Amino acid sequence: MTPIEVNVERVSGDEGGGRRHPNTCPNCRSHFRDDELRHSLRVCAQCNHHFAVGAMERIEQLLDPGSFVEVGGDLRAADPLAFVDLKPYTDRLLDAELATGLGDSLVAGSGKIVGRPTAVAVMDFAFMGGSMGSVMGERFCLAADLAVARRMPLISVTASGGARMQENILALMQMAKTVGAIDSLREVGVPYISVLAHPTTGGVIASFASLGDVVVAEPGALLSFAGPRVVEQTTGEKTAPDFGRSESNLRLGQLDAVVPRRELRGELAKLLMLFSPAEDEPTGDNEPLPTVGSDDNPIDRVLGMFGLGRKRG
Amino acid sequence: MVRVSDEVRRLRKRFEARAEESQIWDAVQLARHPDRPYTLDYAERLFSDAFELRGDRAFSDDEALITMLARYHGQTVVAIGHQKGRDLAERTRRMFGMPHPEGYRKAIRAVELAERFGYPILTFVDTPGAYPGVNAEERGQAGMIARSVLAFCQASVPIVATVIGEGGSGGALAIAVADRVQMQENAIYSVISPEGCAAILWKDAGQAKKAAYAFRPTARACLDLGVIDTIVDEPSGGAHADLDASARLLDTALRLSLAEAEAIAPAHRRALRRAKFRAMGVWGVADEPTNQDF
Repeated sequence: MTPIEVNVERVSGDEGGGRRHPNTCPNCRSHFRDDELRHSLRVCAQCNHHFAVGAMERIEQLLDPGSFVEVGGDLRAADPLAFVDLKPYTDRLLDAELATGLGDSLVAGSGKIVGRPTAVAVMDFAFMGGSMGSVMGERFCLAADLAVARRMPLISVTASGGARMQENILALMQMAKTVGAIDSLREVGVPYISVLAHPTTGGVIASFASLGDVVVAEPGALLSFAGPRVVEQTTGEKTAPDFGRSESNLRLGQLDAVVPRRELRGELAKLLMLFSPAEDEPTGDNEPLPTVGSDDNPIDRVLGMFGLGRKRG
Repeated sequence: MVRVSDEVRRLRKRFEARAEESQIWDAVQLARHPDRPYTLDYAERLFSDAFELRGDRAFSDDEALITMLARYHGQTVVAIGHQKGRDLAERTRRMFGMPHPEGYRKAIRAVELAERFGYPILTFVDTPGAYPGVNAEERGQAGMIARSVLAFCQASVPIVATVIGEGGSGGALAIAVADRVQMQENAIYSVISPEGCAAILWKDAGQAKKAAYAFRPTARACLDLGVIDTIVDEPSGGAHADLDASARLLDTALRLSLAEAEAIAPAHRRALRRAKFRAMGVWGVADEPTNQDF
């Protein structure tokens, strides 16, 4: 008699060095179909873990349908240093473009959020770790140019490991270049809203991403100059599990808010409204939002302010 | 059949690559030489009078980055520079020239002071990078570097930056946005240390020499890529071989660069500086933009 072979499903996806499926939640290990994840804005329905979002999908999530117009989409990285590590830079670029369908790690353009025009610059971590090279810097500046030319706000969503080593010093200079773009926004008084997604580290958080007039982050995102591994290896210090995470950054005064992805479009719409001139306001919008039992009855309104409501026949 | 001429060409190419690899590695070694002159060595020789401005007025005085009011050829300037230490005690005190956020906050304070009185700013860049510690992170290292870069962008006074040793990453750039950027012959300027690059891309920090060759942190490469304006000569053997001679060579270059920066109309300086850095980068244009189906 031959023993029956039983396949036991592994509880931990990471055990035995196995690779986790991209649609399996790394936190609670729930697995989702791609359309389910897309529908839930790539937030785990079980534990609220925020999965990575690609640049085009992020634009779809945030902007009014059909309103996005890209700028600088035809820019492609050159290889000024003829850089070769274990693989030539040009091969890495080709692989990244084939994998993501993007020309570089940032997509720039303009669009509308709840009818209000805005320039956008959205990063994609899947393109070479969202690294910042010449094309990324130029596309960001093109988005800023649009914002200045049309006097509309700029919103960026970042996800980046930092500067792109394959472009070395030119990559470092993109920090100065993108901060220069922020300077041009400030010169004409155009607001800049920075949304930090997981992870935003290195040269990106040490340049434009930190300079938002308003800076918000998604929950649980790693936001630090040096990552925890670099800190531990170079200084020998131990890092806490919440090191550099959005929530600790909020506590330490580095952020204005931690905004769950489901609320992000709404919060951005609110900020665009708050930054828009007063006369832009359609009448009637100044009315307070309906609260408990408010029916133009002043007593109900007062009770509503205290979170109380009267039973209504 | 192997053609001898092809083989010779191939070998010559490999030989030249090897020679260049050593040359680049020499610059890395010289830039980090323990006797290499630091900011204070040059300040002593270039300025007739100096008063150090200490403290960020918020948390502490970061000795990895020094700021001073100084007299340079008869005019008052604000000098800002990283400062490594000579002996172990001083190195520890100055964190090997790796500033915390308070160092950059002090630099911003110095830029604002220069702006108030219209004094030119001279910076001396020499750091392995901003300090990557837990405390530095908690106090907002990234944001403070960004704010320092912005302060240098916004200033309307003339700024000249000189990389005098290691220009390490964002920690260096934080004080290196200027109207004229100079680099000493054997200084290096890069987005990450060769060791860091090797550790990430080669998965082995021991491949630093290879990494340095691949990403060329040298003054020559920076000049070719349009990142710096001038290479400042060093005495033969490197800046540490003769401190006075190095200071004299730096002085000559600095006077010229400062004169160029001063020649720019103050009203245009901010926009021109922005345009200078905007032009940095190399890219191509694809025939067809992607994302069209979106």
